[in-house]
Amino acid sequence: MLQTDQLKFAYTGGDTFSFPDISCERGAHWLLLGQSGSGKTTFLHLLGGLLSPKSGAIRLEGTDMAQLSGPALDRFRGRHIGIIFQKAHFVNALTVGENLALAQELAGVPVDNGRIAKLLDRLNVGQKIHRKPDRLSVGEQQRVAIARALVNSPELILADEPTSALDDENCEQVLHLLTEQAASVKATLLIVTHDGRLKDKIPNQIRLDS
Amino acid sequence: MNILQLSWKNLINKPLSMLLSTILFALGVGLVSLIMLLNKQLDQQFARNLEGIDMVIGAKGSPLQLVLSSIYHLDAPTGNINIGEAKAFLRPEHPLINRAIPLSLGDSYRGYRIVGTNHNIIDHYGAEISEGKIWEAPLEVTIGSRVAEREGLKIGDTFYSTHGLDINEDLEHDDAGAFRVVGILQPGGTVIDQLILTAAESIWEVHDHAPAPVGAAPAEEEHDHEAGEEHAEGEEHTEATHAAPATDIPLHERVDKDITAILVNFKARNAMTLNLPRTINENTNLMAANPSYEISKLFDQLGLGEQVLRWLAYIIIGVSFLSIFISLFNSLKDRKYELAIMRTLGASPGKLFLLIIFEGLLLAVLGYILGILLSHVGIEMIGQFVKKADRYGFTGKTFLPGEGWLFLGALFVGLLAAVIPAWQARQTDIHDTLAEG
Repeated sequence: MLQTDQLKFAYTGGDTFSFPDISCERGAHWLLLGQSGSGKTTFLHLLGGLLSPKSGAIRLEGTDMAQLSGPALDRFRGRHIGIIFQKAHFVNALTVGENLALAQELAGVPVDNGRIAKLLDRLNVGQKIHRKPDRLSVGEQQRVAIARALVNSPELILADEPTSALDDENCEQVLHLLTEQAASVKATLLIVTHDGRLKDKIPNQIRLDS
Repeated sequence: MNILQLSWKNLINKPLSMLLSTILFALGVGLVSLIMLLNKQLDQQFARNLEGIDMVIGAKGSPLQLVLSSIYHLDAPTGNINIGEAKAFLRPEHPLINRAIPLSLGDSYRGYRIVGTNHNIIDHYGAEISEGKIWEAPLEVTIGSRVAEREGLKIGDTFYSTHGLDINEDLEHDDAGAFRVVGILQPGGTVIDQLILTAAESIWEVHDHAPAPVGAAPAEEEHDHEAGEEHAEGEEHTEATHAAPATDIPLHERVDKDITAILVNFKARNAMTLNLPRTINENTNLMAANPSYEISKLFDQLGLGEQVLRWLAYIIIGVSFLSIFISLFNSLKDRKYELAIMRTLGASPGKLFLLIIFEGLLLAVLGYILGILLSHVGIEMIGQFVKKADRYGFTGKTFLPGEGWLFLGALFVGLLAAVIPAWQARQTDIHDTLAEG
C-alpha cells in the first residue's frame, strides 16, 4: 500500500509543487502521466525517498517516509524501494553480478548469489553475470537495471521513463518485463512517463497537471 | 563487497592512473627511507670505529685526512713521523694516555691495507682470534675476517706486499720477505675486519729491502737502509730462518724509525687532555687531530647534500600528493552517476565519503610498501656493491623506527589528498544528478 497525503515540495528559493493524494494497493500497477515540467520526476523522487517533502506524508506499508531522514531514510530506501531510471547507471568497476551484490550489501541484506544468478537468468542476461556493465548493449543494461531493482524484493518499484528511448517492440517487451517481475515479487509498480504508448496498457493512471 | 573492497576495485579499474600515483608516492617514500637508512648505517659505522679513540697523532697535513687514513683506512696517510719525536706518546707511563696504538701504513695486499702496529690494536677493537694466533715475529700477519674470506687466505699462506694502497703488481715488494699468515680474527663489524695486521718492524724490514719505487708516496721513501744491516743480504726471507730484529725492544726506543700515526686513548678526559692537541700542534712537528670533531665536521658537510636530497624527496611526495588528489577528483566526475546510484541503493553519504578516503589510503599504503621495498633493495644493492670494493657494509635487512613514522606520514598524506574529493562525493545530490540524466 502506497499512500500520499497533502504532499508539497519546495525547491530552495524556487517553485513549490503540490501533488495529488494517491493511494495504490499493494501489488497494483500504476502510470503517472504528465508533461515535462509538471513535477513528475520530483514526485517520483519524493516517492522513492530521494527527496524529502516540505510537508505532507508518504506512507509505504505503514511507514511514513516523510518522517525519516539521513541514514535511516537511506536504509529504508535501499531495503524497500527499487528504482529504475531512464538511463541505466552502474558501478563500472564491478561486474553485473557484483553490482547486484552491491545492491544487497548497501541495503543491509545478506548477499545471495543464487538469487542474483536466478534473477539475471529470468531477465535473460544470466550469461552476462561476469561482464562489466559498460560492455553490455543498452537493452541488456536496462534488463540488469530491472534485475537490480528487484534483487531485494522491494514493496515498491518506481520506474522513471523506462520506455521513452525504446522502439515499439522493445517498449512492449520492457513493459511486459516490468509488470511480470513486479508481480513476481508482489511489488507495487509505479511507472512515470509521458510515453503515450503505455496509456492503453495500464488502466490505473494518475495525471499531473502543471 | 564491503566499501574497502569496492575502493580497491575502483582503483584497479583505472590501472594506469593508479600506477602513476603509486609510483610517484613510492619514489618519495623510498627516497626518504633510503636517506634514513644510509644516514643511520653510515653514522653507526663511523661511530663504531671511532669508539675509544680520543686523539690521532700524525704528520702535519689535513687533520681530516689523518683521521680518515688512520682510523677508517679510507684516504692516503699524511706522511710519516719519527718515533724519536713521538716517543713520549708511545711510552706506557705517559700520565694522560691509557693506550697508544702505533700505525705504520702505506703498503697493501690486493687492496687490503697492511698495518704495522703492536698488540694494543687487538685490545682496542676487542678483536678475538678465530684461528691461529696473534703475530709475534716480523713478517707474521694476523688478518681480518673479511680479508681471509675474500682472498681465501689460510693459516700458513704467504704473500708479498705491494707498495701503496692500490692493486699494482709493479710495486710488489717481491725482493723483500714474504708475509706469512699466522692468525685470522673473528668478524667484529669494525674496520679491523679488512686489515692485515703485523708488527711495525715488518714494514721497516720490507722497505729496507725494496729499492724506492718510482711514483711511490713520499711518506715511504725515506727508507732507513741502516736497518738493513740487521740481517745479511741474500739471506732467505722466510721468517723461520729469520733472525727476529728484536721485537722485544720497545717501539718507543726505536727512535731512528718512522711510523705513520698514533691512535690515542686517554685515561680520562679533562682540561689537560683537551689542551693536549693544541700543545702538540703548536710546539712540535707533529699534528694532533680530534677524530670526533673532524668526523662531525665531515658529516656537517655531507648533511648539506642530505638536506638537498631530503627536500627533493619532500617535493616528490608533494607531487604524488597532487597526483592522488587530482586523480581522485577527476574520477568523481566520471563516477557522479554511480555515486548517486549507490545512494539510491541505500548508501549513506558517510559511506561515499569513506569510499573515496579508502581509495586515497590504499594508494598511500601501496606506495609506502613499494617505496620501502625499493629503498631496502636499493641499500642492499649498495651494500653488495661496496662490499666488492671492500669498504663499509650496508644492509637492507634492518628496519628503523623512523620508517614506522614514515608509514603514519604516508597515511596522513593519503588521507589529506582524499579528504576534499571524499567530501565532494559525500555531497552528491541524488535528485539533481539523476533528474538530469
